[in-house]
Amino acid sequence: MIPLEHYLYISAALFSLGVFGVLTRRNAVNVLMSIELIFNSANINLVAFSRFVEGALGGQVFALLVIVIAACEAAVALAIVMSLYRVMKNVNLDEAAELKG
Amino acid sequence: MESMASAAIFYGVAALVLGSALYVVVGKNLVHSAFALVAAFFGVAVFYVYLGADFLAGAQVLIYVGGILTLLLFGVMLTNRIYNLNLRSGAIQVVPGALSAGLVFALLVWIIQSVEWGAMDSGDPGPTSEAIGRLLMGDYLLPFEIASVLLLIALMGAAMLVRRRGKSGS
Repeated sequence: MIPLEHYLYISAALFSLGVFGVLTRRNAVNVLMSIELIFNSANINLVAFSRFVEGALGGQVFALLVIVIAACEAAVALAIVMSLYRVMKNVNLDEAAELKG
Repeated sequence: MESMASAAIFYGVAALVLGSALYVVVGKNLVHSAFALVAAFFGVAVFYVYLGADFLAGAQVLIYVGGILTLLLFGVMLTNRIYNLNLRSGAIQVVPGALSAGLVFALLVWIIQSVEWGAMDSGDPGPTSEAIGRLLMGDYLLPFEIASVLLLIALMGAAMLVRRRGKSGS
């Protein structure tokens, strides 16, 4: 069987890729995609631990709740991106600095 | 023999997930990025199957691939002018971003290696949907209810945020 560490390494790599995307992408929707990658990496960890720890099915319940919250986040964040597009006519995050002093 | 084949499939899927995730964060074309995200989500669903989480694998495909990804594609299409066929996404502060992400990865790998996990595979738990259902209606009832209220609030909030102003008062 696949050892627990390999799941953790994959999840760590996925998390780092997501962090890289959040830090470097200009397009707001692309930043959202990177955030979804981070959610998925956390979920892999939760499910892996719930498999490798005896009788810890709560990890899968947590993962399910994370998926629900990811859906909420995607809906609200995309609504905010739409509003931003209506004002700015683009969704480049580095140009959205209207409140900067 | 069978376990070797299953391990080969697992590492192949891992390579697919990481490769498409890399494309999501460095690719130039937004629509291509969204479809690479489909591959990454499907790969994660395969991981759930390997971990014996059958219900979660189904939920992953239904909610992520069917729901969230459709939303993201809507977002890509609606936030670009229709004649702007090359939906590009540039990158900023690449070097500090790569440094930070590399540091995070190194830290995580160091933690994973320095901990003696001692975890044993507890075996295939069999179908988990019944147990998850009992947990959601029992031990985790409060988080479950809070999640449903949160979904309602997110629905109303998203509808209010994208509503056109000035037609009905306000």
